[in-house]
Amino acid sequence: MSANAGLGGAVLGSRSRGERVRGGAFRALLLFSITIGFVLLGTLLFDVLRKGLPYVDGILLTEPPSASPDRAGARPAILGTIYLMGLLLLMTVPLGVGTAIYLEEYANRERWYNRVLEVNIQNLSAVPSIVYGILGLAFLVRGLGLGRVLLAGAMILTLLVLPTVIVAGREAIRAVPDSIRQGAYALGATKWQVVWRQVLPAAIPGIATGSILALARAVGETAPLLLVGALTYVATDPSILGSFTALPVQIFQWIARPQDEFRLLAAGAIIVLLAILLVMNSFAIWLRYRYQKRW
Amino acid sequence: MTDTQTELVKIGTVNERTLADRERELPPPHRREVVFGVSDLAVAYGTNVALKNVSLDVYRNFVTAFIGPSGCGKSTFIRCFNRMNDLIPAASVKGTILYHGQDLYGSEVDPVEVRKRIGMVFQKPNPFPKSIYENVAFGPRVLDMKGNMDELVEQALQQAALWDEVKDRLKGSALSLSGGQQQRLCIARCLAVEPDVILMDEPASALDPISTTAIEDLMHELKKNYTIVIVTHNMQQAARVADMTAFFSVEVAEQGKDRTGVLIEYDTTPKIFTKPSDQRTEDYVTGRFG
Repeated sequence: MSANAGLGGAVLGSRSRGERVRGGAFRALLLFSITIGFVLLGTLLFDVLRKGLPYVDGILLTEPPSASPDRAGARPAILGTIYLMGLLLLMTVPLGVGTAIYLEEYANRERWYNRVLEVNIQNLSAVPSIVYGILGLAFLVRGLGLGRVLLAGAMILTLLVLPTVIVAGREAIRAVPDSIRQGAYALGATKWQVVWRQVLPAAIPGIATGSILALARAVGETAPLLLVGALTYVATDPSILGSFTALPVQIFQWIARPQDEFRLLAAGAIIVLLAILLVMNSFAIWLRYRYQKRW
Repeated sequence: MTDTQTELVKIGTVNERTLADRERELPPPHRREVVFGVSDLAVAYGTNVALKNVSLDVYRNFVTAFIGPSGCGKSTFIRCFNRMNDLIPAASVKGTILYHGQDLYGSEVDPVEVRKRIGMVFQKPNPFPKSIYENVAFGPRVLDMKGNMDELVEQALQQAALWDEVKDRLKGSALSLSGGQQQRLCIARCLAVEPDVILMDEPASALDPISTTAIEDLMHELKKNYTIVIVTHNMQQAARVADMTAFFSVEVAEQGKDRTGVLIEYDTTPKIFTKPSDQRTEDYVTGRFG
């Protein structure tokens, strides 16, 4: 009673004016931040769609590039990107998941070499992609003598996204509660059985989501591909051990042309690339919701 | 009387008369078969000694309870029996545990083989994120057991008194079961590999009173075929289910903050609860301490 009396009876009174102003200002600041992002992104998308949409047609999707903008298409680039993604998936997922399982389930943190490994993987994901390109040029194209082929491009993109896949895989594996492992061990399962039959299946949604997002990043990469020899002009369909190009490279080349038509064509190709990314990311989100786990 | 009332009566205080009756039902010492012979056991995590000087025998077809205040090492102790402490790199076990006369920590013993015979149920129900059927079938599958899997699963669920509740939804997720059902599923999962001993680490502490009674009734049923070791912080539970009870306590080192668990007294449950020989046991069971 005495406490209430001290507040003049207004126990449930409103907050002070200053408190309300601060709260409102903070809210406005947050709104401002998100607006900047949305407006910029929206403008870019709108511009690309307005210019490029008329050019997304049968010619762009099915014809090889040409000196004449009317007949120029991005078929080798689109196929090149799809091939790259396929190879990337085949190489990244087993290597990345394998490394993640080793680091999470087998590696003894007390050993110095495992710690060195961990720190290096974290650092590698911060290395600029052009550096990977130089490595690819020196080691894969020249050193191994692979030449400027699609496989070299896929290998260098694998190295580029591997750290991301490993980190995503480790997080997914770490999210599997220890009680699951203990339960399996207590039934007389071996380490291999525990990992293969309990931990991995439970971690798959997380691993898949992380891998797809990493892959989506690789699809947009241009610099390392240019260095390992993605050509800016390829008229034939790509093959694994042949010369190749990819969508970002094609876009880069078209934009560099002086003719306006090619720039509009580039806008069309950007829409195709965005569509591919959108499909991949939507698939990742779908996977995440479909297999969401409640422990 | 309604079901709920019956349950509440069962959960009520165990009186001394029933304890005395239970004492008489126990086989005399010379007719008890030793499953585990523990002598001078000590467990340390790194340099921190969690438990020391433990010697006791666990008898076949008995329910043996470990009670004591938190930090007394009872959970650490039960994990020695199926070598779960091996999974903690810093843990080291000294002393011996003989399992049917064989040294459980002998160099030729594979911990995986140990866990096939000595099953464990954990404090928090931990079903695998799979179907009810797959949970029970996991053990027999990894052990490559012969026989009809459907029958094996049904049998294990029957034994765990869960079959009637889940027989129509065996393919459903185990995570959709209630906590008490999940724990019985974990017991079924453990029974499916036909173990010799079942270790239960506070199996009912995360459950409501009705589910707790179900688990306790189950223990009475299971001890006909299995040897059961249970850790519990609930003294009434120990009094209700256990034939033998071991009381553990904590010794705090004079200079340091190191807390070490020690075995104070081990005897038949009626003795521990009515005529304990150690003052510390008496203080604990009468509620003056812990």
